[in-house]
Amino acid sequence: MTKGHQGHLNGVKMALRILVGCKRVIDYAVKVRVKPDKMGVVTEGVKHSMNPFDEIAVEEAVRMKEKKLASEIIAVSCGPQQCQETLRTALAMGLDRGIHVEISGKDYETLQPFHVSKILAKIAEEEKVDIIFLGKQAIDDDCNQTGQMTAALLDWPQATFASKIEKNNGDLMVTREIDGGLETINVKLPCVITSDLRLNEPRYATLPNIMKAKKKPIAKKSPADLGVDVSPRQEVLSVEDPPVREAGSIVQDVDELVSKLKAAGVV
Amino acid sequence: MFRSLRTLYRLSHKRMYESANSIRLLQTQVNRKEIQDDVLKAFASVVGEKNVSTAKAVREHHGKDESYHGIFPPDLVVSPGSTEEVSECAKICYAEGLPIIPFGSGTGLEGGVTGVKGGVTFDLMRMDQIEEVHVEDFDVVVQAGVTRMALNHYLHDTGLWFPVDPGADASLCGMCSTSASGTNAVRYGTMRENVMNLEVVLSDGRVIHTAGEGRRTKKTAAGYNMTNLFVGSEGTLGIITKATIKLYGQPESTISAVCHFPSVKAAVDTTVQTLQCGIPMARIEFLDEVQMMACNKFSHLDYQESPTLFLEFHGSESGVEEQAKAVAEIAEYNEGSGFQWAKEPEVRNKLWKARHDAYYACIALRPGCKASITDVCVPISRLPELITITKEDIQSSSVVGPIVGHVGDGNFHTVLVFDPDNPKEVEEVKGLTDRMAMRALEMHGTCTGEHGIGLGKRHFLEKEIGAVGVQVMKELKAALDPKGIMNPGKIFMD
Repeated sequence: MTKGHQGHLNGVKMALRILVGCKRVIDYAVKVRVKPDKMGVVTEGVKHSMNPFDEIAVEEAVRMKEKKLASEIIAVSCGPQQCQETLRTALAMGLDRGIHVEISGKDYETLQPFHVSKILAKIAEEEKVDIIFLGKQAIDDDCNQTGQMTAALLDWPQATFASKIEKNNGDLMVTREIDGGLETINVKLPCVITSDLRLNEPRYATLPNIMKAKKKPIAKKSPADLGVDVSPRQEVLSVEDPPVREAGSIVQDVDELVSKLKAAGVV
Repeated sequence: MFRSLRTLYRLSHKRMYESANSIRLLQTQVNRKEIQDDVLKAFASVVGEKNVSTAKAVREHHGKDESYHGIFPPDLVVSPGSTEEVSECAKICYAEGLPIIPFGSGTGLEGGVTGVKGGVTFDLMRMDQIEEVHVEDFDVVVQAGVTRMALNHYLHDTGLWFPVDPGADASLCGMCSTSASGTNAVRYGTMRENVMNLEVVLSDGRVIHTAGEGRRTKKTAAGYNMTNLFVGSEGTLGIITKATIKLYGQPESTISAVCHFPSVKAAVDTTVQTLQCGIPMARIEFLDEVQMMACNKFSHLDYQESPTLFLEFHGSESGVEEQAKAVAEIAEYNEGSGFQWAKEPEVRNKLWKARHDAYYACIALRPGCKASITDVCVPISRLPELITITKEDIQSSSVVGPIVGHVGDGNFHTVLVFDPDNPKEVEEVKGLTDRMAMRALEMHGTCTGEHGIGLGKRHFLEKEIGAVGVQVMKELKAALDPKGIMNPGKIFMD
């Protein structure tokens, strides 16, 4: 890429439009507690923040804009009023504008990747985006489904668990983290990418940028505006704590150890 | 016989304002004794049974820190969950004459939390709430169990951070206790400059707020500066249960840089000239060639093995580039070479990895050995001389001693790696550390810039402060801790 052709590569203009998903989740440092009615976890008065993998996606989008590969980067979040705070963080990190899809109460409690992927697909079409950037999974439900479902709905290629993204003649070359190591694939645009941990280290929001973010627009939509039905498809039966760790016992010798293991059926 | 709690409370309410005779009492009153069952029950009724432990493993864990001093377990470990519980437990200790040892993250470097006289360790890590964040006022109130990294993680979307960085993920109130500092001190100061208010439980259970309850102003002229009396007191005056500390804005832009020099003097001269130019350095760290060799080996890097400066610049986008350019020029003037710099977090972290892993790199040089870390601090102008003589001293011994320094503050550390079972090396290390401290004191410096006196530096206190000064310190301690139960055996020689 020569200096006089910033934003172009081999004559192909890379003014990509990127949509980034930002989920509001309970902060990872919080000790999560099950509600007394055992139907969920305590969220009242508990610190929430942006899903860490989504922060990585936001950071990558901002870097692409800084390298003039992206022209507009949009944040989207689905949930109650407080999601606006999550969007403001994304804007403070450098995204241009936000879309808040307001879902609250029972609808929010039963919201699933299936619903979210439909919402994202609709927004992506309306906004004519080239890349949908999501975190690989949310730290509250660990589903790892939204990216894949969104790609399927749009019939777009997907590059999940991305740890490196490079341009390749108008396509993207994405290195993925897989069980066996690293896999590099070529992905045509438009596409869905989900971020893995080693993609980048997200920047901190600085005070000047937080101030600037207050002026950036956040549009409000409802699932109905997008023609998406968010009726529940699952029913939560119960939420339980993992069993409390019991005290161990000291064995006198190897024979006792072996007989105890046999009694427990593990040898 | 079981004594009722009410009796215990009545006993503890006897105020004992003793005279200078109490200084003598300090030394003889605290003798190691076994803790009776009724006392154990009293603690359990305050904090709950599962927060009281006499288990050997638990006591040993609380009887050591990250220093080479070895394990001195207390007789009991209690884990209070609130200031009230700390106060009630202190009252029990006061009534029974039991030593109180406040314990945070256990990452100290001078044996400050060891139970050399037994007693009761107060593990404060259950009190881990960040109580109030005031973004517009740039302050935060934290309980004793909040660590530095936990706080900065909590704040990361506010645009603020707490920059004092001693390396370890230390508890903030522990950092108050040892007057901690770190790589950022040259720009952001040490704990002394950044604590606005402390909630402290005294040995008799009274709770005080050093600047007044709930007060958090940038400055005050009201009464004695009690806040800074407790900062650096290493648990010998009271138990710090809460701190109100100053926050700073996240730097808009950060640049990290590395530069190599042909000599120690060239590196230090560069530092001095940079500061004289008023360039607002965020970090200036010096690593000598021995340390660079250790780092290359440990972190699989290939830096030049010569005296090196690791630099960090904070400011606006254009500001940091200006600063970096200016320092590059000064470095070149002093025959610096290999100047490389980076902006992205991953590349910056890679550049700084050598410095971050320095301690582990040192102990990896001789597996199975221990490390004695010195901490002298002198006026910057005397630094080249002190480092040079120190290096000569180390080279003529049989131990390895890489040097790492916060040159911007005139403070450096030698990591003397020695075999604790080899009496010759133990003697050599003692000699090296003593001579280094004496030299620093002769150069108008201090024997400890940031780690504290703890156990290991008690024999320097009088030389540094003077006999009368130490006498006054003991009088203050006697006033606040008449029974001498607050962390006995630390700071002062017996």
